[in-house]
This record gives sequence, structure tokens and C-alpha cells, in this order.
Amino acid sequence: MSNLQNMIISSVRTAIGWVPGQWLPGGKPDPLITRRGAVGRQASRLDGPAKVTGTARFAAEVAIEGLCYASLVHSPVTRGRITGIDSSAAERAPGVVRVITHRSMPRVASPALMSMADMGAVGNSSLPILQDDEIHYNGQIVAAVVAETQEQADHAASLLRIDYAEANAATRFEDAKSAARTMPSLLFDTNHRKVGDAERELARSAHRVDETYRTPWQSHNAIELHAVTVAWDGDDRLTVHDATQMIAPSAAALARIFDLKRDNVRVLSPFVGGGFGGKGMWDHQIVAVAAARMVGRPLRLMLSRESVYRIIGGRSPTEQRVAIGADADGRFTSLIHTGYSVMPGYGASPEAFTLGTRALYQAKSFEFVQRHVELAVVANTFMRAPGEAVGTFAVESAVDELAHGMGVDPIELRLRNLPERHPITNVAFSQHALRQAYEDGARRFGWERRQREPGARRDGEWRIGMGCASGSFPYARMPGAAVGLTMRRDGTATVACSAQEMGMGTSTVQVQHAADRLGLPVEAIAFEMGDSGLPAAPMAGGSSQTVSIAGAIIAAAEKLTTELLRLAGNDSPLAGLRTGDVRLEREGIASATDPSRHESFRSILSRANRDEITVQAAGTPPLELFKYAMHSTSAMFCELRVSDVTGEVRVDRLLGSFDCGAILNPKMAASQFRGGMIMGLGLALTEETLFDERSGRIMNPTLADYHIPAHLDVPEIEVMWTGIPDPRSPLGARGIGEIGITGVGAAIANAVFNATGKRVRDLPITLDRLL
Amino acid sequence: MAIVVNGTRVAPPDDPRVSLLDLLRDRLHLSGTKIGCNQGACGACTVLVDGKRVLSCLTLAAQVDGRSVVTIEGLGSADDLHPLQAAFIEHDGFQCGYCTAGQICAATAMLEEIAAGMPSYVTEDLGADGIAISRDEIRERMSGNLCRCGAHNGIVDAILQVATEKVA
Repeated sequence: MSNLQNMIISSVRTAIGWVPGQWLPGGKPDPLITRRGAVGRQASRLDGPAKVTGTARFAAEVAIEGLCYASLVHSPVTRGRITGIDSSAAERAPGVVRVITHRSMPRVASPALMSMADMGAVGNSSLPILQDDEIHYNGQIVAAVVAETQEQADHAASLLRIDYAEANAATRFEDAKSAARTMPSLLFDTNHRKVGDAERELARSAHRVDETYRTPWQSHNAIELHAVTVAWDGDDRLTVHDATQMIAPSAAALARIFDLKRDNVRVLSPFVGGGFGGKGMWDHQIVAVAAARMVGRPLRLMLSRESVYRIIGGRSPTEQRVAIGADADGRFTSLIHTGYSVMPGYGASPEAFTLGTRALYQAKSFEFVQRHVELAVVANTFMRAPGEAVGTFAVESAVDELAHGMGVDPIELRLRNLPERHPITNVAFSQHALRQAYEDGARRFGWERRQREPGARRDGEWRIGMGCASGSFPYARMPGAAVGLTMRRDGTATVACSAQEMGMGTSTVQVQHAADRLGLPVEAIAFEMGDSGLPAAPMAGGSSQTVSIAGAIIAAAEKLTTELLRLAGNDSPLAGLRTGDVRLEREGIASATDPSRHESFRSILSRANRDEITVQAAGTPPLELFKYAMHSTSAMFCELRVSDVTGEVRVDRLLGSFDCGAILNPKMAASQFRGGMIMGLGLALTEETLFDERSGRIMNPTLADYHIPAHLDVPEIEVMWTGIPDPRSPLGARGIGEIGITGVGAAIANAVFNATGKRVRDLPITLDRLL
Repeated sequence: MAIVVNGTRVAPPDDPRVSLLDLLRDRLHLSGTKIGCNQGACGACTVLVDGKRVLSCLTLAAQVDGRSVVTIEGLGSADDLHPLQAAFIEHDGFQCGYCTAGQICAATAMLEEIAAGMPSYVTEDLGADGIAISRDEIRERMSGNLCRCGAHNGIVDAILQVATEKVA
């Protein structure tokens, strides 16, 4: 994140701004936005039968002859040095193959850190991995034990005796704030943004709110534990069955770290048992690959649940100031969103909680800036809707506070301040219908039944309240996404790319897409995935996978068309037509202006005496991102009860009204939205990774003590959408995987206020905060 | 003695520390049964022992010697889905699919528990003949099975559909 990066991004924006829109990707709307067959249908997941019968194979389930098992040992101290290791008892324990510490671990580099400048990098932390005696955070891996069975490895790991010399560590957020760093840039934007003099406008505004909001460390808690099954073939070929949402970039990183040819490293991860940002590259993969090489056998390392909490970073805690000034009519004159989050110097993931706010409201003046607090903790990382999930909690609580202070309906206040164009860059939105999302949602939810005065509704011991909030998430399409496309003489086609399936329904929706794109029935399409040997898909992040792969399929279909037209030659009814003159339909190619000029794929390939034809293509560079402001938005509604006796909060109703472009598969989209909202329910009410601030050690590294929503916490959740296609994106779609969690925290906090008159500005809203 | 797993007799492991979960996954390669915490907090490892749901991570393999274990692989196959398996697909009761086997095994036994008249915390009338199946009964009784993707609504819908069809 540098000034240079700011300059490059800003000059690309400026240059693209001069280019006429129709020359850019998304300049002409994707024809499939209006011409739909399979896309938009309620298809069930293609991998459903495999998942419900237990035959879908996850990373820790690959059977290999001669497999051995590893178990990790974590540092119980936070900063300091290892002064002694006694591994004799562990080495003598039955079944032990090898004990690995920093003394025996081969010298390996850490993976390059993820950054906007290197989209192929996967590293979450630059700390050395078992390379020296220094301890940087509590839980750091200090040893690995390899044994014949998991039980033997776990037992032997408990026999290692390690002595430490402890050193002072920065473990208190409050104390570390004074030394916080202010970075020049924040992901794809300048960090410190000022428009006008927001403090002065705030001071002289007719109405204002100025409060501090806090959110805790949270952990992804995918139910599948992180796991790798590693097999070396000789000393120069490596196969890794990983649970990762970044297959191709992981293979590239492992090749660099272990000095192998990229093509000699194969990472497989067809199914991932939940990711949410947490299934990237961490220390355990490197340790497992090194250990397997050392013992000369295939090896499995599956983290314990405690290990996942200790060595896989979570969402950083935040402390956010939101100040809003409004004139007598409720128009914002000042919007200030600043604050602190944790990012150690060795980390790579800023919790960009002010980014979403920059696109949410119009105001006369703005100020945004974030500061990074250095703590001795496992490097924090991205977790579902990084930034926006917690940023919307702060800003949307503040808007509710302002509305209450002014005596204005909070929806009305928001609608008065909706932006016409991006408020900071003044770039036009590609599509933006938050007003409609609010209007539709409020009607369905019955918002008119809300009592303006807090605490006015009651049912026995229960106080009842309603709240709402806006959610937002930017559109992203990753550069460089590639697919392979094979068309066969028998009328079937295969799309192949390295992407994984972790619940988004990737294969299902891309089969639907490819069917429409190629003019084939869905039954004729196969989708191969989950293998770094296939054309490389980028990492799954930023809710970008669907449109990134869709963009690549568009490019591949165009290339295929060109090749087929060449094969068709002069004997075809298509003779003389060029790629731009035709479209793929009715299992073949047809003239766009004269549909009677049509030849089937079978016929073209038969005449050319070809069994199949394969092309590979990458999507166009995602320049639409620079030309337009592209954001999904939502209106989130909540009705809940708060017990006067216990402070217990029961959420009775949640409704999400989304404006996310075209919806490609309503059944799976509804699940994605609901899933995000349920994680938002946890964020609001129960979720917190507790660090002992004296020692920096996580105190609740179990699913028994970190409370994710259980069945009884989850009401029936209504979701709806405007369905208005984005004219600038493939298929008219924007990402939907992360927007669901945004806005939920504030909608619930605002409903709690409406029920009780108590304003809780620190998440989670536990019972003690309401008594 | 032997453990009967999906109808097949298998020998108990030599190492008494081996959990039923590790026996299934690592030794029998029945990896449809999942591991999410190994400490009884998530429910992903739920299997049926003599028809009752147990957490296989908290059950030593030696404990089920002489008993009958049914895993997700024993409930149905892709060509011959158990009604709950079919309903989970129809109602999109999963996303990543990792908690799914545990949810389905738990639901199978849970419906038997309701049929047998076992009350739950939310059962309103303990004196009534039979327990009325409702969303809240299902939610309460399934709360030991965590799902992080957030497929809860689909899971409850799927179970309710099967329960209703059973009664009908």
C-alpha cells in the first residue's frame, strides 16, 4: 500500500475516464442480460447428491497408501525466545516418525504477502515459519510431530518440553493506539480522504451525532477444519490436497517457496467446507509440505479447532468514530468516519471499514482515515465483507442516532441523502437502486407498524422493536481469470478452471451460464474445477468469483466462435460471417440478423473431421471498475424482542432487500443472502474471539465458547431483490456472497434501541449490555 | 465382537484411544462423517448408533463394540436417496456441504425421538398424546448441529417436509 499505488490507481481512473464507455468491457451490455434461458432459473445444486450422501471428497479425505499424520505445537507465550527444547520423550513415543522444530525445519521463505500490487500473492503473514527461535505471537507454531496415526502424533506432541524466555509484548489495543500507523492507501483507495472541512461543518451543523463504535476480533469458523494432504513424487513434484479458496495462486506460491517448477506443483481443492476468507495460505501448509519432504512419505495435517483459532487470523477489532452533521432539512453537511483496527507490521489485510461509507451518502464535506494498531497477535485477515461488515455497523448506527435525535424516520433520513453519483470520485454509478430496495423492503416488512418512540411496544416481559440499516459492498472482477472450453462433436461441452466450490454454487451457476452462452442445454455442459492444473481462476474473494469466471467464459466463447467459423469454411450456411455477425444458439452458430443461416456444432465439427475443439481464454481486464462506481446495496430490516428480566435478545424477523444486479439462480442466491445475514446475526449478538489483553492469548478457542448462531437463533429470513441488471457487468450480475452480512449489525442494534431505548455501540450486544 | 458399520462387521481398533469418528474416517475411509471440532461442540460428526444419534468424536470406537452404526453412506446413495437427503437438495439445506451429513443423521434420529414422544425444551404441552412437529421443535432439537454457511432455513424446511410427509 504505497503512494505510488495511489498514483497509479488515480491515473488509471483519469485515463479511463476519457475513454468512451462503449469501448470498454461492459460498454455494450452483455446480450445475455436480456436473452436468458437457463440463467435465472431455480436450479438445484449440481453437487447436491454428492454432498448429501457424503461422497464429496474434502482435503483431509484423500486416501493415500503409507500416509502419516502431523500434529502441531503452539507457543504458550506471546513474545520471546525459545531457550530449550527437549524432544526425547516425544521421539521415543510409539509411532513417532519425526519431531520438527526450527532447528530441523529446512530454510524456506514465507509466501509473498497479498496486496493490490500483486494479485497473485497469497501470504497472510510475512513472519518466518519455524525458521528461528523467536516468538512473535501467542499460538505461533513452534513444533510439528509426525507419527503413524493421528492419535500417536497428538500424544507425542503433548510430550514436547519447550522452554521460553519471555519478552514484553504489545497486547492492549488501547495502549497501542498512540503508536498507530497511518498508511497512504487503503486497498484500492487513498486512505486519508478529505472533501471540504468536515470538522468545521460538523461544529456548525443544525443536527449532529458524534460517537465511537467498537467491534471485536471475530473468527471465520468454517465447520471444516483447515487441512492438507501432501504427497511428493521424488524431490521435484508436489501434490497438495488443500482446503483453499485460492488454488492456482497457492500452487504458484508453493512452487516459489520450495523452488519447484510451477507445472510440477499441483494443488487440488474441489470442495472447501466453508471459507469466508479464512481458507487461504497460512503456516500449516508450508510446515506440512516441508515435513512430508523430510520424512519422505505422504502426510496429512488437519488442524485442531484450537489450532484454527491460534494460527488462522480473524477479523480485526475496530474502534470507529462516526460523526454526521445535518442541516435543518436533514441533508448531511458533514460525514466523518475514522478509527483504528489491528494490523501487525507482518500482516497484509487492512480492515477497511471506511471504504463502504465513501459510497453510501452524499454530503457537503467528508473526512475518512484509518489507522493501524500493531499488536502481537496472529496476523488478522479478511473475513466475509471485510471492512463493510463492521463499517456499516458504525455508520448505520450513527444515522439511526441522528434520525432519532431529529425526530425523523430513519429510512426517510437515508433516502434524503442518497448519492446521485459516487460522492467522492463523482463517477457515475453503473446501476444503483437503493431507494427502491428500501421502498420494496419497507412495504414487505410492514415498517409502518414501527413505533417511533423507543420502548413503546411490549408483550409481557418482552420489549419489541424494529430497526433498519443500509448494507453495501463494492463490485469486483478479478483480472486474469481464465477458462478452458471444449466443444465436442457429440454436442457436449466442458468448461474448466481451477476455481473451488465452497458453497457459492460455482459449478451450478456457470453451467447455467455456459448453456445460455453456447446455446446448449444444461445437460450438455460439464464443469471441471478445483485443480491448479486447469486454467487459472483467481482467488475467491471480494464476491468476485462468479463474474470473473463469467467474464472468462465470454472470452472463451468468442474465441471458440472464431475457431468454429474458420472450421466451417465456405461450405457452411455461415460462410462469410465473422465472429461479430453471429451468435451461439440452438446448439450451433447462427447469423445474428438472419437466424435461418445456422449450422450446428456437430455438423461443423463432423465436416471438419474433428472430435473436439478446445480454446482457452482470459476475461478482459476489468476496466469497468474504473469507469463506473459499481456497488451492491441493501436495505436490512429487523424485528426483535428483548427480555426485561434477562436482557436476552430474540430476533423474530429479518428481511433483506437487495440491489445486486441480475440474480442468476434465485434458489442459491437466496441461500447466499441468508447465509450472510445469519453471520451478521452472530456478529451483532454473540460472536467474539476473546483475547486476554494481559497476555495476548485467545481465551475461547472452541466452538463451545465462541458462539456462532445455532438453529434456535435463526428465524425464517425473508430475502428479496430489485433484480435490476447491471449494464456494465457480465450477465448483469454483481457479487452477492458478502453483501448479506453488511448492515445486519446496525439493523439489529437499531432494533434493540427501538425496543429498549438503550444504544449499544460495542458489539456483540450481549445480555449484560442490556441489563 | 465386532462393530457393525452400515451392515458390515468390522473389527474394533487395537488402539483404545481411537474414536468412532477416526475409525470411520481414517481407517474405514467412510469420510462422509465429518470432523468440525473433535470436542462435541459442532455436531458435524453425528452418526446413528442403534438408531440413536451420537457424536462420534466423543465416542470411543471400543464403546460401540457389538452395536450397529449407520453413517450418511448407509442412509442412502445418489441413485437411492433417503427422503431427507432428497429434501435437503430440494430446499437447498446446505452450501459447502460440510455439516450436511451430521445434520441429516441428526434429523433422522430426531424425527424418531419426536415420534417416540420425547419432549424438548420448547414442547408446550407435556401431557398431550404425541408431539406436534413445528419449526420451533425442529430448531430446538437441531441446535446441536452448527452450520456456518447459514443454511438453517433450508434445513428446517427440508426436515419439516419429510416429517409432514411421514405423518400424511
